[in-house]
Amino acid sequence: MAEKIKLEICCGTTCFMLGAAEIMQLATNMPPDLDGHVEVTGLACMNACLNENLGHSPFVRIDGKLIGNATVEMVCDELRKRLNGGGDNE
Amino acid sequence: MSNGAERMRRELMIRLVREFRAGTLADNIDRIPVQLRPQNSPATRCCIYHDRAVLKYRLMALLGFDPKRETDETKPLKEYYEEAEAEDCSPEPPITVCGAGCAGCPSSRVAVTENCRGCFARPCVYACPRGAISVIDQHAWIDYSKCIKCGKCLQVCPFNAIIKTKVPCEDACPTGAIRKNEFGVADIDFDKCIFCGKCFAKCPFGAVMERSELVRVLRALGAGRKLVAMIAPSAQFQFPGGIEKLFSAVKAAGFHDVIEVALGAELTTEHEAHEFIERMKRGDRLMTTSCCTAFVELIKKHVPQLIPCVSDTPSPMKYAGKLAKEKYPDALTVFVGPCIAKRHEALSAENVDMVMNFEELGALLAGSGIDIMSQPEWKLPRPAIATARNFAKSCGVTDAILSELCGDDLPKVNGKFFNGIDAKTAKMLALYAAGKLPGNFIEGMSCEGGCVGGPCSLVK
Ligand code: FES
Repeated sequence: MAEKIKLEICCGTTCFMLGAAEIMQLATNMPPDLDGHVEVTGLACMNACLNENLGHSPFVRIDGKLIGNATVEMVCDELRKRLNGGGDNE
Repeated sequence: MSNGAERMRRELMIRLVREFRAGTLADNIDRIPVQLRPQNSPATRCCIYHDRAVLKYRLMALLGFDPKRETDETKPLKEYYEEAEAEDCSPEPPITVCGAGCAGCPSSRVAVTENCRGCFARPCVYACPRGAISVIDQHAWIDYSKCIKCGKCLQVCPFNAIIKTKVPCEDACPTGAIRKNEFGVADIDFDKCIFCGKCFAKCPFGAVMERSELVRVLRALGAGRKLVAMIAPSAQFQFPGGIEKLFSAVKAAGFHDVIEVALGAELTTEHEAHEFIERMKRGDRLMTTSCCTAFVELIKKHVPQLIPCVSDTPSPMKYAGKLAKEKYPDALTVFVGPCIAKRHEALSAENVDMVMNFEELGALLAGSGIDIMSQPEWKLPRPAIATARNFAKSCGVTDAILSELCGDDLPKVNGKFFNGIDAKTAKMLALYAAGKLPGNFIEGMSCEGGCVGGPCSLVK
């Protein structure tokens, strides 16, 4: 079994207000092609919101890579890229 | 994020709180619209100047003022900010339309688009009950003096070439209260408005605005006033980390104490169950719930013959206010919920001083740099019972009352539910009032799914 892709969603107050709540729905509602391949966790504020201006929340991390202004579509896109580009996945 | 209007509203609130907390709001408030839409940045409306103008009015509403009542266009926001300090009245009406934001969407109509192929069969011509469609130069035309907007033509067109345009606010309003005024801008008729907030939630231009008390709350916190937050039951589905963490966060923001409104709901249930028994014993045919303000307003303004059937029991918010004031007589109470109508209800509730919605609370925490997820779990002195917390869901009230009413000699509840108010609700209620429909207990919730679907909820 291949390693699961790690999706960490910032559920800090600012990110949550500005869209992380929707992205969090992936935890229970992953599209069928990605389902079972992703491990989803919600995190406390990762302080990214403090450095940049507000426009950049919500933040997610996919296998360690920080993504700002994230949307559900964008996250799924990135996950698919990793899943299909990963090579030795079944 | 479900849409850009929502995002802008929340960003602006967070910005406002940050500046307030940093002590820079008075000096910066007039700069915010320009800073958010600087020269050469992409505009969302026709140009950045229009965007800035609407941002200014949005800030005015956040300060508690009604943009509609602006008399001096040159007055800087700073002056409003200072005036807000002196003014201590609650915002009435709590909802308003910003003229600069309203796009004046043309009335809904049926229109033939360029996809029309002027086909040989012409089913639209045959489907129209008024003979309003004719085909000229291979293109269908509608005679608007005859069209009744029934939409039959659009159902039969084989090319999907006929559409019906919408007016989101008017289509969403269950009482016909929002209409264009003589300037072509939406206006709310408060003789009809029930404060349900459906226009606020649906306007894609974000032109319907609430008059906020956020700055009043911030000021009271800043001045070291004793504030008690009363948090509506629907909060449990609205914030990350559960209400225990949320309550700690609210406390960290400077509130003296936090109370679950569900504790008020317990008292509402108990009282309402007894009221129901009494009313049935004295021969009443029907009782309706009273906890949803918009539903009660619908009855008051549109089905007045039903007023005697509305329960007299105070709402969970009012009971929670009473509990809070008993414990802290010198405190100011702040109700927090997903609702616009509660702002209206609070005006006549002696124990409720201010109202915030979930967006504003979220912004207050975010702007104060308080992360809910990193908070310790608050130890609730006594958690509310599950049926009371469930008030936030449609049918929750009835469930709670049913669990209160168990005994053989008690009247049987034949409950009916209005899960969301729409244009037909008033007509249905009139039928109940006339005794034409069965049922002795009506639970009404303005928002679909109950308060959890409220216009100012964070998670939709
Ligand atoms: S809230 Fe997400 S980085 Fe701070």
